[in-house]
Amino acid sequence: MDTGNEDQRRMAERTAPRQTFAQKALARAARRAHADVGEILDVAPDVILSHDNTAAIRRIWAEFGQARVAHPERLAITLDHAVPAPTPVHAQNHQEIRAFVQEQGIEFFFEAGRGICHQVLSEEVVVKPGQVILGADSHTPHFGWLGAFGAGVGRSEIAALWATGALWLKVPPTLRIRLEGAWPPGVTAKDFALRIIGDWGADGGLYRSVEFAGEAIHALSIDARMVLPNMMAEFGAKNAYICPDDATLAYCARQWAARLARDGRDVAPEDLHAELAAGCLYPDPGCALEAERVYRAEDLEPYVACPHNVDKVTPVSALRGVKVDQAFIGTCTNGRLEDVAAAAAVLAGRALAPGTRMLVIPASSQVLQASVEAGYVQTLIQAGVMIGVPGCGPCMGNHMGIPAPGEVIISSANRNFQGRMGTPEARIYLSNPAVVAASAVTGFITDPRAL
Amino acid sequence: MSVPSVTGRLWVFGDNVNTDVIFPGKYTYTLKDPQAIAAHALEDLDPDFARRVQPNDIIVAGSNWGCGSSREQAVSCLVYAGVSAVIARSFSRIYYRNALNNGLLAIECPAFAECAEAGASASVSLDAATITYHKTGTRFAFKPFSPNVMRILDAGGLIPFIQRQLAAADARG
Repeated sequence: MDTGNEDQRRMAERTAPRQTFAQKALARAARRAHADVGEILDVAPDVILSHDNTAAIRRIWAEFGQARVAHPERLAITLDHAVPAPTPVHAQNHQEIRAFVQEQGIEFFFEAGRGICHQVLSEEVVVKPGQVILGADSHTPHFGWLGAFGAGVGRSEIAALWATGALWLKVPPTLRIRLEGAWPPGVTAKDFALRIIGDWGADGGLYRSVEFAGEAIHALSIDARMVLPNMMAEFGAKNAYICPDDATLAYCARQWAARLARDGRDVAPEDLHAELAAGCLYPDPGCALEAERVYRAEDLEPYVACPHNVDKVTPVSALRGVKVDQAFIGTCTNGRLEDVAAAAAVLAGRALAPGTRMLVIPASSQVLQASVEAGYVQTLIQAGVMIGVPGCGPCMGNHMGIPAPGEVIISSANRNFQGRMGTPEARIYLSNPAVVAASAVTGFITDPRAL
Repeated sequence: MSVPSVTGRLWVFGDNVNTDVIFPGKYTYTLKDPQAIAAHALEDLDPDFARRVQPNDIIVAGSNWGCGSSREQAVSCLVYAGVSAVIARSFSRIYYRNALNNGLLAIECPAFAECAEAGASASVSLDAATITYHKTGTRFAFKPFSPNVMRILDAGGLIPFIQRQLAAADARG
């Protein structure tokens, strides 16, 4: 390259529009230098996610008459929504998916019991910083925790992606949410997510890319970071993003190296760290934001979303006398090791209230194994808690803990819509895991800080 | 197969109507038959809806229609039940895509959503990008669909659109 061209390149860089994360990630996946907000791009995602809905997607894809999907290495399929199969119909559904996986030679297939798709693809580092993942699941914004662009789409669109490898996406405007200060004891990422949704409504982030920033965000553990982009699905967001830092890259490098080692490939985490760092995308300083909202962690407290909408948020301290029939900890939102640990800390040396049941379903087999090793499972069982097989459990009403009509549920999940857990006459409250556990101890929705 | 205009009777619902009440999650892996899927449309919100809905009926809603799950049956149950369009103040983005991909018109028109009454009727013209409210004769404009959405609607939905695209690629060799 001669000097003249180099000067031109530098000039172009200086005058290039300053871009948000969403602009950069979608431009990269569309093989473009930059993208404008509102522009429609043909995006080729790095990862295409589906789960128990894979059989239904396969039936749609069959209408295209192809023998092979376009990019089998981009498909990631996890059996999680109804595992182990509760009925012969669900079992046949899984059987159809296994046959498809075999036929197409899908490498990233995770069997029933491995865990929930978003947790498993995070643990296995199937999705990497700066990549784009489209999923037939509304909680696909989850992958923003590691600095990837994740968005949910429908089954037909996943079938189209299997066939062509690309899909049109519009570049969304960006809303930045900054959290400064230090976390008070007993206040979690879930509480921040509920506060945001309560303040601005379930449509407050509609169609927006939500970028999280601030020292309190980077003070969060990896487990806790996963909660925020995941919950932004309930804010209407298209995707959400936490800028990857050393903790992100260290986790991803370690977990990726562990996966490769299981496949017999010995790669040093440091080498993977460099590769992961090279893929990271950061918003340009001074990029155009639609709005920026600033919170202070000291102003937050534990919150509860009341039936039947996620934006009906109230401080747990304001609720009195709400009797609980079943307490549930699990799901892609709050079923991780830190969440099981929070439950064990509350339940150690205590028992469930008479008339209250409690169910804990770890989000993955790795979470379950670590919970056993740490002694949490022993503590929970001694307190009278039921432990479930890693997966989505009763979150969307398929099985394993469906409430009776008239019952009240306190849950660490993400949705409390009427009928969500299979029973329209049940009432679901959402909170952080410690509130769930404390409520199981007293039999009423309870602030664990008061125990 | 394009959809230049539809005329239908109105059903009116509120804000944040989610996909769990449009089509409960407990049926998502067990029901495949269109009739059976249509029979559960909106059952947790209006248990009479599936029985009383008529071909070409139009749903009018507030903000964030179809929030929650990405399940496409929340669209197809309405299509199978005969619903021709949903006109809302705003849509959840996955629902919006799913609707257009399945030939269900999803139209953002806050002014119309504000005044429409259940049981009245309206016509939607895609060519003119207007809604005519028959009760008052008022005409409401909406933002026309982008060309890439129109191509999908003209093809009759995403699946026939992709079929055409693949056939064209084959023809080019």
